[in-house]
Amino acid sequence: MRQADPLVIAGQSFTSRLLLGTAGYPNRQVMLDALAASGAEIATASIRRVSLQGYEESLVELLGNRVRLLPNTAGCQTAREAVLTAELAREALETNWVKLEVIGDRELLYPDVAELIVATEELVAKGFVVLPYCNDDPVTCRRLADLGAAAVMPLGAPIGSGLGILNPHLIELICARVGVPVVLDAGIGTASDAALAMELGCAAVLLNTAVSKARDPVRMAAAMRAGVEAGHSARLAGRIPKRRDAEASSPQFGLVGT
Amino acid sequence: MTTIHINGQSEPLVARTVAELIAEKSDIPAGHGLAVAVNGKLVRRADWAVTALEPGDAVEIVRAMQGG
Repeated sequence: MRQADPLVIAGQSFTSRLLLGTAGYPNRQVMLDALAASGAEIATASIRRVSLQGYEESLVELLGNRVRLLPNTAGCQTAREAVLTAELAREALETNWVKLEVIGDRELLYPDVAELIVATEELVAKGFVVLPYCNDDPVTCRRLADLGAAAVMPLGAPIGSGLGILNPHLIELICARVGVPVVLDAGIGTASDAALAMELGCAAVLLNTAVSKARDPVRMAAAMRAGVEAGHSARLAGRIPKRRDAEASSPQFGLVGT
Repeated sequence: MTTIHINGQSEPLVARTVAELIAEKSDIPAGHGLAVAVNGKLVRRADWAVTALEPGDAVEIVRAMQGG
């Protein structure tokens, strides 16, 4: 079922609530097919040095007219690096949107909150639409929103781990307490994880590895799309309260033999 | 010494400006989709032609690639 309400970030509306990464697919065609199957309108990209050895295929030429490219600052470890990368991205892609990543641990790829806050403040001041990848921490998320982040993107689990949403309670609290869209970013392993994110109140889900490294990426992209839509619809529909004991769903009168 | 560092590699400095360097290093027309930093500072496309390169400069030439 299709949701009626759009995702709105920084005044821009999107029909799809699934954002997809472009890295790690078996080949270019699978990436294109997966993007199409996902229905994603926003796809992430990294900013990297060009090869000085000759021709490389341009991601912009490949995807530029299909989706909105959202550059990230993946690999940056300081606010200074992240701000320069965002400025380069704005110049290269002609977008002031940036998925802000400032990593504090190369093995865990865990955000460095102190640097993230400095970078968010600086980039907002420079006119960027900042979408920070951050901890599943309500205080950090609220702080980032207060500094002008257009959305917050807490992790469900470490990047690429596929462990799902390890602390659903915190994600739900963040959704309830932060006044900007919450995009669950990182950790999704399968479609039910994406559905759960939406049921908890997330505005959208950003994922990459769960699709690109699936046995059948295109099929998984379609599954993620369905999962996000189902979870969002369920959230809007309102789940029943949990109860300790059973409550019969069949009528309690007219039982045979009474 | 008249060398320059381009994306971490040392090379003889030939180009006089950022615009000349892009024309020399890239087969992308007008460097579309590229961005350049010199010594850790962004050089906007409009300034490529008027930004002179000096010996020892560290130049970064980047573009969008696959990412998550």
